[in-house]
Amino acid sequence: MPATSIDIPLQAYLVLAAILFCTGVWGLINSRNAVRVLMSIELMLNAVNINLMAFSSYIDGQQIRGQVFAIFVITVAAAEAAVGLAILLSLYRNRETVDMERFNLLRW
Amino acid sequence: MTIASVTQLVCFIALSLTLVLGSLGVVLLPNIVYSAFLLAGVFLSVAGLYLLLNASFIAAAQVLVYVGAVNVLILFAIMLVNKKEAMAEIPGLLLRRVLSGVVCLGLFLLILRVDLTTPWAVPGPTPLGDDSTVLIGIHLFSDYLLPFELASVLLLMAMIGAIVLARRDVFSSDVITGEAADQGLIEKERTPLLLESTAGETNLLEKV
Repeated sequence: MPATSIDIPLQAYLVLAAILFCTGVWGLINSRNAVRVLMSIELMLNAVNINLMAFSSYIDGQQIRGQVFAIFVITVAAAEAAVGLAILLSLYRNRETVDMERFNLLRW
Repeated sequence: MTIASVTQLVCFIALSLTLVLGSLGVVLLPNIVYSAFLLAGVFLSVAGLYLLLNASFIAAAQVLVYVGAVNVLILFAIMLVNKKEAMAEIPGLLLRRVLSGVVCLGLFLLILRVDLTTPWAVPGPTPLGDDSTVLIGIHLFSDYLLPFELASVLLLMAMIGAIVLARRDVFSSDVITGEAADQGLIEKERTPLLLESTAGETNLLEKV
């Protein structure tokens, strides 16, 4: 029944995850809206999850430790999103803006 | 090629296209509300990829946690900070974008080279298929028990931290009598930090 390993090569998933990760990195660097920065972080976490799941299915098919790791990554991503958006709200209340270029208090 | 494998291939290509185009849209679209909804599409297509990889439980968790919780949270954040502001022009922004694009492209080529030249140990053992949910449960309650409990503690900490960070600065006094109300634990009186002028401060006070 599980004929996945034969039809679609493992590399297809890895390349897809690489594209997603690099898009996330570019968005993280270049976004000026703070909410979009958080979205880019979520994209990168999803790329990592795709890698974990692909390896878990193709190489570790009997133990699926990658799937357990993916659960922990999802948990941490949910916690990160909650705290990140709370920080964003607090920052917006203090600075009245979401422009990343204006959060430069710690710039040297 | 059987019908099943052709279906798999078509599903994979469709999901990949949705994923790549959606992620580009998330990063590039000027309207952030469109970005948020495209992000939901990206999460759903990732869940579809998980289904192709014989992981139905993680696909369900992906839909519930990402689409149901994280994306809604992001939409709420957009709603709460949706002041239309004209972002000030910054010199050299285009150069910065092109340079970071080149860096990201280099990173992508590096990962691509590693992906394609490493001799992966495929085909490994046959995937479990639908039994994977049972095995995840066994893992979570035997050899991954400590990380599982730590994850619950982490979620509790994140919940309390989010409440503490995002609570509103309300003066804790009774509306009718004007006496100080005992709400120090949930609402704290604070002076706003980092305001550049005192005008903004009085403005904030009036609002409250």
